[in-house]
Amino acid sequence: MRPDLLTSAGRTSKSALPARWWNEETRFAWLAILPALLFFSLFVGYPVGYSFYLSFHEWNMMSPPYWVGLENYTSLLDDEGFRRSLYQTAIFTAGITACIVVFSLAMALLIDQKLRWIKMYRAIFYLPAVTSLVAIGIVWVWIFDPQYGLINQILRVMGFEGPIWLADPSIALFALIMTAAWRNIGYFATIFLAGLQGIDTTYYEAARIDGASAWACFWRITLPLLKPTILFVAVMSVILSFQVFALVYVMTAGGPANATSVLVFYLYQQAFTYFRMGYASAIGFVLFVIIFAITLLQFKAFGKPVQAG
Amino acid sequence: MTHETRERSLRVLLYALLVACTALTLLPYVWMLSSSFKENIEIFSARIDLVPDKPTFDNYVVAIEKHPVIRAILNSIIMAGVETLAVVVTSVFTAYPFARLRFPGRDVLFLLILGTMMIPSQVTMIPAFILIKSLGWIDTYQGLIVPRVMTPLGIFLMRQFLQTLPRELEEAARIDGCSRLQTLTRVLVPLCGPAVATLAIFTFTASWNEFFWPLIVIQSTEMWTIQLLIASMKQAEVVDWGVVMAVVTMSVVPTVAIYVMLQRYFVKGIAMSGLKG
Repeated sequence: MRPDLLTSAGRTSKSALPARWWNEETRFAWLAILPALLFFSLFVGYPVGYSFYLSFHEWNMMSPPYWVGLENYTSLLDDEGFRRSLYQTAIFTAGITACIVVFSLAMALLIDQKLRWIKMYRAIFYLPAVTSLVAIGIVWVWIFDPQYGLINQILRVMGFEGPIWLADPSIALFALIMTAAWRNIGYFATIFLAGLQGIDTTYYEAARIDGASAWACFWRITLPLLKPTILFVAVMSVILSFQVFALVYVMTAGGPANATSVLVFYLYQQAFTYFRMGYASAIGFVLFVIIFAITLLQFKAFGKPVQAG
Repeated sequence: MTHETRERSLRVLLYALLVACTALTLLPYVWMLSSSFKENIEIFSARIDLVPDKPTFDNYVVAIEKHPVIRAILNSIIMAGVETLAVVVTSVFTAYPFARLRFPGRDVLFLLILGTMMIPSQVTMIPAFILIKSLGWIDTYQGLIVPRVMTPLGIFLMRQFLQTLPRELEEAARIDGCSRLQTLTRVLVPLCGPAVATLAIFTFTASWNEFFWPLIVIQSTEMWTIQLLIASMKQAEVVDWGVVMAVVTMSVVPTVAIYVMLQRYFVKGIAMSGLKG
């Protein structure tokens, strides 16, 4: 953009502009946001539309797509793999969200105390949030190693023989939840902390004068006033968990025996292993609808949207 | 007296909880580090040592010699660096009109841009992949970077920040004869330091850690980012855990170092957005 193209207010003659709204300010604004509009049209708007179009077609990227109507969506209903992935995603999401609401809130209450070096502790607890899921995933695969992993070695010292974790279909999903919880508890505790610090201290002072116990303060003051934060955290956790992919890809690759084949992993397989692009797009739209519904729910409660990632 | 002892035991309990949480948080990092400095004999032994018996750099040497670690780190630096620079510049320019100017369509367009945050990337992934493919950008830096040079979060953050700056500054600059562009670049941008730092750190960390998009766009080993390299190492038939942990350590150090050094900006970012990092 050349500066002289963007005329300054002084030089713009009013007579040259018949319509009042199409003034210098508007022109500058539109010029400045034009790249963004083009970008989001190309990389979000167009893909969403095209993905919707594809979801009514069958396409393997070789031959041209052909129209199958609602067949992709109807066959999803009968698809054992899809139903299983939806079920596993729901379990994962429920498990991780319950963990996060309880433990993150507990951690937030802890780091809200006036204790020595508390800032250092807060910083440490946030550390996993800046570490990549791939790195975390692979470190935890090593921690879960049945023979030489940290957990089973510790259990052995205590006299137990630990499970084979990620290789056991009945435990693998639970191990994934543990890993995701380890990564996210500190992060969400930071958000809870901001919520806690937003509560007016005069409530507590008044309660203390009335002789309320700390326990009563928590249930009667903290929890009710923290409700918006709790809902916000829960919704964000649900949205993020529904899209879990990197952890699954690295730790179990959907196995063992498809026990951890969550929704996005299933979608990825359909698209880039079997090249069923139309079918994968339909799965994407189901995911979209679920996340959109959850976001709308949250939007209704707060009037502020959440990032889906 | 009893009240005091209760208070004291409560504090002891709180510190014990802090220490326990710290241990749980740091243990995986310690395990990663110690494994990366252990000899194979010690790794595959029935003992738990958090400190290696005979610390060795062998795993790092093997990692660099046998795996494209250096190249992968370089690729990640290029990707995250360019992306960060681009996001900062585009966010400032796009945010300014939304923060300060009055024009028809402003609120609708801002909501639309913000609304794109609600769309999961898995929905746009297939057409975006096809688009990049038709441009011939598969397996290239531009394929990795171009679809990510703007983020709604960046625009949102910069708008929030620009709105906090006093209007008088701009008005003074305009009276002195600055054009709007000059007002933005010479008067406002120099004041954006903290917000730009926050946005840059978040973008760099997110890009460095990104896995999904590189996995789709990149095919050749030379173009692997560090995350792709790590993910590939687990596919091996016999996983050499010492070497893997050495590579993971090298991948984790940059983001942790940035975090430790610039921690105050992270705190600011969380406070500013309340959104995911």
